Amino acid sequence: MKTLNFEDLTQVRKKAQATLSVRELSYAAADESSCGLAVGTEHIQLLCCGGTGCKASQSQKIVENLKACIEANGIADKVQVIVTGCFGFCEKGPIVKVMPDNTFYTQVKPEDAEEIVKEHVIGGRKVERLLYVDPKTEKTVSDSKHMDFYRKQMRIALRNCGFIDPENIEEYIARDGYAALANALQGQTPEEVIDIIKKSGLRGRGGAGFPTGMKWGFARNYQAENKYVVCNADEGDPGAFMDRSIMEGDPHSVIEAMAICGFCIGASQGLIYIRAEYPLAVHRLKIAIEQARNYGMLGKNVMGSDFSFDIEIRYGAGAFVCGEETALIHSMEGKRGEPTLKPPFPAESGYNGYPTNVNNVETLANVPIILTKGADWFASIGTEKSKGTKVFALAGKINNVGLIEVPMGTTLREIIYDIGGGVKNGKKFKAVQTGGPSGGCLTEKHLDLPIDYESLGAAGSMMGSGGMIVMDEDDCMVSVAKFYLEFTVGESCGKCTPCRIGNKRMLEILTRITEGKGTMEDLDMLKTLATTIKDTALCGLGQTSPNPVLSTLDNFYDEYVEHVKQHKCRSHQCKALLTFTINPEKCKGCGACKKNCPSEAIIGDVRKPHIINPYQCIRCGMCKSRCRFDAIQVF
Amino acid sequence: MEQNMIQLTIDNHVVEVPKGTTILEAGKQIGIEIPTLCHIDLKGTCVKNKPASCRLCVVEVEGRRNLAPACATDCMPDMVVHTNSARVIRARKTIAELILSDHPNDCLTCPKCSDCELQRLVMRFNIRKMPFNGGEQSERKRELTPAITRNMEKCIYCRRCESVCNNVQSVGVLGAVRRGFDTTIAPTFDKMFVDTNCTYCGQCVAVCPVGALTERDYTDQLMDDLTNPDKVVIAQPAPAVRFALGEEFGMEPGTSVTGKLASSLRSLGFDYVFDTDFGADLTIMEEGAEILHRLKKFLAGDKDVKIPIMTSCCPAWVNFYEHEYPDLLGHPSSAKSPAQMFGAITKTYCAEKMGIPREKIVVVSIMPCLAKKYECARPEFKVDGNPDVDYSISTRELARLIKRANIRFTQLPDSDFDSPLGESTGAAAIFGITGGVMEAALRTVYEVYTGQTLPHIEFEQVRGFEGIREATIDLNGFPLKVCVAHTLSNARKIMDKLRAGELDYHVVEIMACPGGCIGGAGQPYHHGNFEILNARRNALYAEDEGKKLRKSHENPDIQKLYKEFLGEPMSEKAHHLLHTHYSDKSIK
Repeated sequence: MKTLNFEDLTQVRKKAQATLSVRELSYAAADESSCGLAVGTEHIQLLCCGGTGCKASQSQKIVENLKACIEANGIADKVQVIVTGCFGFCEKGPIVKVMPDNTFYTQVKPEDAEEIVKEHVIGGRKVERLLYVDPKTEKTVSDSKHMDFYRKQMRIALRNCGFIDPENIEEYIARDGYAALANALQGQTPEEVIDIIKKSGLRGRGGAGFPTGMKWGFARNYQAENKYVVCNADEGDPGAFMDRSIMEGDPHSVIEAMAICGFCIGASQGLIYIRAEYPLAVHRLKIAIEQARNYGMLGKNVMGSDFSFDIEIRYGAGAFVCGEETALIHSMEGKRGEPTLKPPFPAESGYNGYPTNVNNVETLANVPIILTKGADWFASIGTEKSKGTKVFALAGKINNVGLIEVPMGTTLREIIYDIGGGVKNGKKFKAVQTGGPSGGCLTEKHLDLPIDYESLGAAGSMMGSGGMIVMDEDDCMVSVAKFYLEFTVGESCGKCTPCRIGNKRMLEILTRITEGKGTMEDLDMLKTLATTIKDTALCGLGQTSPNPVLSTLDNFYDEYVEHVKQHKCRSHQCKALLTFTINPEKCKGCGACKKNCPSEAIIGDVRKPHIINPYQCIRCGMCKSRCRFDAIQVF
Repeated sequence: MEQNMIQLTIDNHVVEVPKGTTILEAGKQIGIEIPTLCHIDLKGTCVKNKPASCRLCVVEVEGRRNLAPACATDCMPDMVVHTNSARVIRARKTIAELILSDHPNDCLTCPKCSDCELQRLVMRFNIRKMPFNGGEQSERKRELTPAITRNMEKCIYCRRCESVCNNVQSVGVLGAVRRGFDTTIAPTFDKMFVDTNCTYCGQCVAVCPVGALTERDYTDQLMDDLTNPDKVVIAQPAPAVRFALGEEFGMEPGTSVTGKLASSLRSLGFDYVFDTDFGADLTIMEEGAEILHRLKKFLAGDKDVKIPIMTSCCPAWVNFYEHEYPDLLGHPSSAKSPAQMFGAITKTYCAEKMGIPREKIVVVSIMPCLAKKYECARPEFKVDGNPDVDYSISTRELARLIKRANIRFTQLPDSDFDSPLGESTGAAAIFGITGGVMEAALRTVYEVYTGQTLPHIEFEQVRGFEGIREATIDLNGFPLKVCVAHTLSNARKIMDKLRAGELDYHVVEIMACPGGCIGGAGQPYHHGNFEILNARRNALYAEDEGKKLRKSHENPDIQKLYKEFLGEPMSEKAHHLLHTHYSDKSIK
């Protein structure tokens, strides 16, 4: 097809907006009355999540079944099935949404497709059993707007995820897509655009929170024959998947932002560094890049202007350290992925020695909408120093696992209890780990902290890329610190001494403590090592790697001391510290424990209380799981 | 203050430095020696490693969140730096303790004991305990090649060897393998050196701060041979050895110890103390003749003659082109290296003269070089399995032997080398430096070609430490274009040009080590101090100047050898004994 110029883009947008009107309407609808062909709805769209998580739960099959059923009933002209990106409410996936009444069906199975089509789409009757049940009121909620999970969210970076078809550029265009780029090319100077980004207060969402506008300004100021825009899609924090979701659900927002950045800094080449373990994101990006080229949004003379820009995808092998921008650049150059000292910053000497601007996916996804809605709008959201919203991946012992986006300044309590639905199984909240392996564990006393870059840093954690893992009373904080350190030790590039050897030694000490072999000197040594590593490691990853240890030492010191002095793990997580005994009053002498004990540690006669030989016991817990009389006690 | 100058405060001293100066360099200016380990900067050559990875040089910069590596942090205006605050000292000590926790700490039996940079730092930091020891030790390989010993358990991961192998030599054998605690510096896939295109230049050994990379030690074997009454052990020390050996005994760098060297070898029990310098003069005779031979053909319009002709006395360079430029093997001169020529003559001409059978003779070369050890083992330098040079020891190994033999080196009297292979000229002495072989060859080629006496014996144009130097010499109207290069990365530039048909020289000299043999991997460790190399160079040129004979073709022993035994340069006999051939050794 012929590539679009500015005028064509407006025409395409108008046309595409008509298709999207069914969905746009649904967001405005006030009541929850059903739509359905039988009640006179003329046009219905079924949105089905096509993110990695829901796909793993057979959402592809759901789509096929829905389509087949629609076909079989001869209503294909009125009813469309659209595969979207992630809705965020992964706990309840796969999700199917019916438009325009915005009915939110949860945990849908492929075999439910027929019922949805026949009952709802045709009959206009909601399928009650697939509706979300509010755990507080125990009533069904059909419109996602009214769910606690969504009510406090504000979706800016995720604005199109779960709403548009990511494989259709026109749906993106309908949502004012490529308008910011067109605007910039049609009359703004790069400085003006950079100025808007600066004024908006947007900061890097990858972790460190460096002001994006300033970063662009630096890259613009260096003169060179080549410059590069790099999108850092090497999302590596355990449990974090916001970047993947954006690329899967709204790839064009990233592409548009990269082109805008290219225009601002004077680059004509963009590179997306993405880990190869994100095949779906890669697939969608490839489609999006191809479509953007066909529509003239990428390539030579973008939209007929003087500006040319194209994007290439570069694959990473998934090393955590390659999320660090200098390591990322070395990896793209085909070198060993390890950081080098800054300065020189990539803005001066980056990819192949040329000025390079590296931004994270979520940062980029914010850019187009800032430009269309204005810096003031964005700056009005959030806290004094952290503007806009942040996407968090909620995980761990929380009821509503998923991807959420909230304004900066939202408290941890709102996130965990209102949006997240509280701690699973009514257990007691113990800690929340933010910022992945570089972050720290925050406690009860931090729950009312309005979160932004500064407040999290001051509390001994960090924003990071937005992982948020909730822990309850069953979690041992020493083991948690050990878990994160195991990750860091495994992912250290090995370049600098503190990270290469220091983290290894810290892990050894933590292992000793969890095995009951720790000493009080070990605790001092941990503190010394953690402080030294923080003070001396070469890159940001090394410098922040002791955070999980430092924050747990600060907030849960008594638990460490308990492990060391009393050889006790109050959460019963450290196996080596457990003692299994049989309560003779409860034991009926049935022999089930004895029969199943793999180490023959249990002795006793039939119908008489049994006993466990502590020297032979391997603390596997088999006896406890087999006892029907709750006679096995663990200390 | 000048525009490009910055003022800052280090440990309460105000210092003014040019922009781009690191804190480490600025400190040095005012006598503050910040400890370093991974860092090396052999100024004046391209040997440089600045990864800022050991973190032992960290300093406190006011207003900065964390500590800054002094080796790689540029000075900024009004910076306030503390290099010895409690925070810095604690951090440095902890890092050193961490390094020790993954190090064998078998210092007493380590070949680098007392010459180890880590050991010095441990002493300097007053470390008396190793609190982090007892944990896991990284598993790393050991290897014994003919030239280099690798014991990577001792590696402290400074990556100097990697920098040198890649950036200075462009050989690219060494790199980081695996990650995190398991990282090791090794050839790709953790292969062995012997399975790679390693040239055994040994520059990795020359910069290794610890005992991870050392020379293959032949001192015990030499001791055995020296005490064996059935063996006639003959020493031949290389030109560059005598300008560095003294350093091992506390003498000033640049002290020429030629006379003491001969005496010490005699005291060690060598039966004959000859001189590789004789071999160097012989090399000039053969190589010079070959240059003239090829030039004549070239001038006569012979299209097949390989021009430029390249020197071939550096064994690492020979390995390099056999590995990487098998298509250009016709260019290097077929002349053997001085040491091998010497060996071949010793075990034929000399053996005959002295009436000793070849098998009883042990020729030991004392070299500034590790690749020579590999060269000795080449099959083409053996006659029925008996090598022309039995083995080669480095300058450092000789020093160890002298110390072990209770010889007080500094008080030894001077003595001369034995006859008939002990006489040499100034031309041979300068073989030890980059440009030296070229200069020696030019002295002879000029006189033989033009039939006139050189008006000015020094060829200043080919001297210096510039990586690639070129000059045009007027040979009676014929402009002879010559080029001199040192380090293999510069050699690669030249060879790539040659391959592309863009090289416009007649004669090219290549030395693998920075500075030539004075910077050889078998020399006393320079520990990054370029002044040591400079001092050796000055001593070497002084030796040349002080010689009565300064042109190889004027060496009376050489003239005698041709008269009595070889006939003339490039005769059939000379060809058989003094020339070699090269083969394709590329890694497939």
